[in-house]
Amino acid sequence: MINNTKCDCGHNNPVGTVLCEHCGKPLEKGDSDRPLEMRYEGKARRSQTQKATLFDRIWNFFSSVKVAIWLILITLVVSILGTLLPQEQYIPSNRPEIYYPEKYGFWGEVFYQLGLSNLYESPVYIALLASIGISLVVCSLDRVIPLYKALTNQKVVKNIRFINRQRVSRTEAVPDSDKEALLDRLAEGLSQKHYRIRREGESILAEKGRFSRWGPYINHIGLILFLVGILLRHTVPGWYLDNYVYLREGETKKLPELNYYVKNVKATAELYDPEEMPQSDKGEPTVKKYETRLILYEKDHETGKLRELKRGTAIVNDSFKHEDLELFQSDFTTETQAILLNVKDKQENRNLDTFKVDLFDPEQKYKLKNGIHIDILDYFPDFVMEGNRPATKSETPNRPAFIFSVDAPDLKKPEVSWMISGTNLDDINRKNRYTMELKSMETVNVSGLMVRVDKGLPIIFLGGIISMIGLVMGFFWNHRRVWIRWQDGHLHVGAHTNKNWFGLRRELEQATEKADLPLSFSPDRRQEVD
Amino acid sequence: MVQVMEYALLGAFVFYLFSTIAFVTAVTGKGSRVGKKAHTRLWGNWGIVLTIIGVALHLVFIVTRVLLGGHFTSNMFEFTAFLCFTIVAVFIVIFFIYRSVTLGAFVMPVAMLMVAYAAVFPKDVEPLIPALQSYWLHVHVTTVAVGEGALAIGFVAGLIYLVRWVGMDRNSKSAVWLEVIMVTILMVAGFVITFFTFSIPDYQATIQHSVEGQPLVQEYDLPPIVGPHNGKVVQMDPFFGMNSPLFEAPSWMKGEEAARKFNSVLWSVLSGLVLYALLRLLLRKRVYELLYPMVKNLDLEKVDEISYRAIAIGFPIFTLGGLIFAMIWAHEAWGRFWGWDPKETWALITWLYYSGYLHFRLSRGWHGLRSSWLAVGGFVVIMINLVAINLVFAGLHSYA
Repeated sequence: MINNTKCDCGHNNPVGTVLCEHCGKPLEKGDSDRPLEMRYEGKARRSQTQKATLFDRIWNFFSSVKVAIWLILITLVVSILGTLLPQEQYIPSNRPEIYYPEKYGFWGEVFYQLGLSNLYESPVYIALLASIGISLVVCSLDRVIPLYKALTNQKVVKNIRFINRQRVSRTEAVPDSDKEALLDRLAEGLSQKHYRIRREGESILAEKGRFSRWGPYINHIGLILFLVGILLRHTVPGWYLDNYVYLREGETKKLPELNYYVKNVKATAELYDPEEMPQSDKGEPTVKKYETRLILYEKDHETGKLRELKRGTAIVNDSFKHEDLELFQSDFTTETQAILLNVKDKQENRNLDTFKVDLFDPEQKYKLKNGIHIDILDYFPDFVMEGNRPATKSETPNRPAFIFSVDAPDLKKPEVSWMISGTNLDDINRKNRYTMELKSMETVNVSGLMVRVDKGLPIIFLGGIISMIGLVMGFFWNHRRVWIRWQDGHLHVGAHTNKNWFGLRRELEQATEKADLPLSFSPDRRQEVD
Repeated sequence: MVQVMEYALLGAFVFYLFSTIAFVTAVTGKGSRVGKKAHTRLWGNWGIVLTIIGVALHLVFIVTRVLLGGHFTSNMFEFTAFLCFTIVAVFIVIFFIYRSVTLGAFVMPVAMLMVAYAAVFPKDVEPLIPALQSYWLHVHVTTVAVGEGALAIGFVAGLIYLVRWVGMDRNSKSAVWLEVIMVTILMVAGFVITFFTFSIPDYQATIQHSVEGQPLVQEYDLPPIVGPHNGKVVQMDPFFGMNSPLFEAPSWMKGEEAARKFNSVLWSVLSGLVLYALLRLLLRKRVYELLYPMVKNLDLEKVDEISYRAIAIGFPIFTLGGLIFAMIWAHEAWGRFWGWDPKETWALITWLYYSGYLHFRLSRGWHGLRSSWLAVGGFVVIMINLVAINLVFAGLHSYA
């Protein structure tokens, strides 16, 4: 078992080593001329050397790039399935079990039953992402450590077979008398190409761009950080808040789960001037801007009073911020705020006066001209009949109904007058002398604001930035090495890069030309070796 | 100004056509008088010069569009035209690294097809809705398009690899699939050709139908082979004696424009197949075999490297634009950096796909043939995200 890992040079390599750690000689048997497999410098990885405990078995499982690729592919396919129909958060219904079969028939039912309608928050999907995260950690650790050791302990003098079996290689007859001067010139030529040169006797190792080898691992660290950020925001209490408030103009409301109050000072929607866009011929006007002016308050625990913290605006693409809290302009509607009522004398058939009732905060008593007094006896903002009794479904004035009492100097006792929006009540109010008629409605702008706290964001975006740095390092630079060795009247040149072989070949051709030994490194020339 | 914009785009298209001719001449001509090498260099130089003039005109188009509307990428026309611009721009960069004339002979027809396809969509300058009013629109869309442009070059180089690898061998599986890819490209060309053919007599058909009880009218620019379910013809220009749709869309195709889009798909498939049949009859060989003489002297390893290099350039840029910038902007505009909107999910799918490509290549040693097929598949994923997601799935991104 040991003999296949002990190299001719006397170095003892760990099991699983492909290329001798010391001199680079291929340890496999046979006399192949194929280009060498240079991954991880032929070093043994942890997953290849340890095979005992349960931990090691799990480690080995996740350390496999094959497993990582499978995880990526499974996630990819599952993600596609989730986009075949809209996700639950995008359907105009809160009864998905009914919506999907009704709208999409059989396949809608299947989609819902398989859990695809809420796929991306499902345990299966989260488990997939978590597995990718574990795979990232294990794969990276399993590879980066041997790679680091190999790259920091590189030997200058490499076995001739190692050099000749590189994908880019040449052997050229060079007499003993010329070799010193030639090696000097080659070192100089490569140095001008920004290679770092190490020389030992008749061997040269020229290397550049080693840092690009760390790119993938830095990218993976960034991705891990990104996933950790997401994990933290959902597990640490107070790190993540996702709520929604609707605020009428002028209204002040408490923000859910927070000790903040917010006032909607003014909400506006601005439209595009039709003249502004030369070519747009759509009939309906397009909204240019939604804006809500806000005041943020904090409630003082002792006095119970609201203390102003900040004034500002929330515009789409420019949220209102205070410390960790962010308010996003998200929806814009109008609601009926107040109604204007005419009081009519049926006997004389003339309007006596007009008064305004705030639907959200109606006053009790109204004193009008001609000595008329009106009292609101009862108010149902969202009127509904429950059996024989009038009631209200909610506090939102969707269908306001009133019971008024009307008193006038010439009435013996006050009349009771009913009013239900959208309903003709002439029958009920028939005996009354005074009737109420709807004159007009006043509307108010309502802003829908997203209330967000997301303390994980800095970690998440930092992860993204680190990952990006890793990608750029790994893909926009490359690691190139050239081994040169003179032995027995022959100069052996071998070179390796992790990508862009074309550039490496061109660089070598230019460097050798400078050294007065123009060599071609094109792939078809490699066959001439040996 | 509007005219300058329109002529600039037309000019770009014409110069892309000229550069296609120059590049194809460069690789196919024998150069009997000056010799093959000098001939290729001469026509290759003409090709790249014409390409640069074309891309400059394309830039003029983009600049005038920005001056007119203040933005340049908010709908299908604008984005597709811009993606074409980035493909050509990345090609120019790659050309100066590798001097591959053959790449030009393949990229430039694709660029022409993209411009023509873009022109199918409504070209009006539209006002920006509030969610799009941010400098991130330009930052995000530009980086995404540059990334996808580079990935598209990876696709074209992959395609060249496949044409070269398959060669005259009709019996491999790759040969059949390569021909399928060719037919698909012909379908896009067929769609563009039919669209412009029917736009000359300004073909119109109007069919009324109802969606969830609401009466709706669908306007057809192409003769309706398929009409909406339970639709009624309001007005229809006759087409070879056809006065009503040949058949109705199945009842489950309920979307507002579903039947019209299905009709467009039918037209592209039919016209693509007709084009294909004509080519086969005229040439007596498969379409990729027609392309083979242009690539038969290429070094496979170099083509493989160009494809990989383009993807290695495109992947980080796509990550930056399509995921990171996208997340930052989504957070600013919608208050969440990720919402599993179909477009977002498909950006992730694209990213996962290319991550798979890179791991296959770097860790499992998938070079050459397999890697080229993956590069071709990646572009299919990008096109699904660009076309299918915008036109089929309604989402936050489907402004077009």
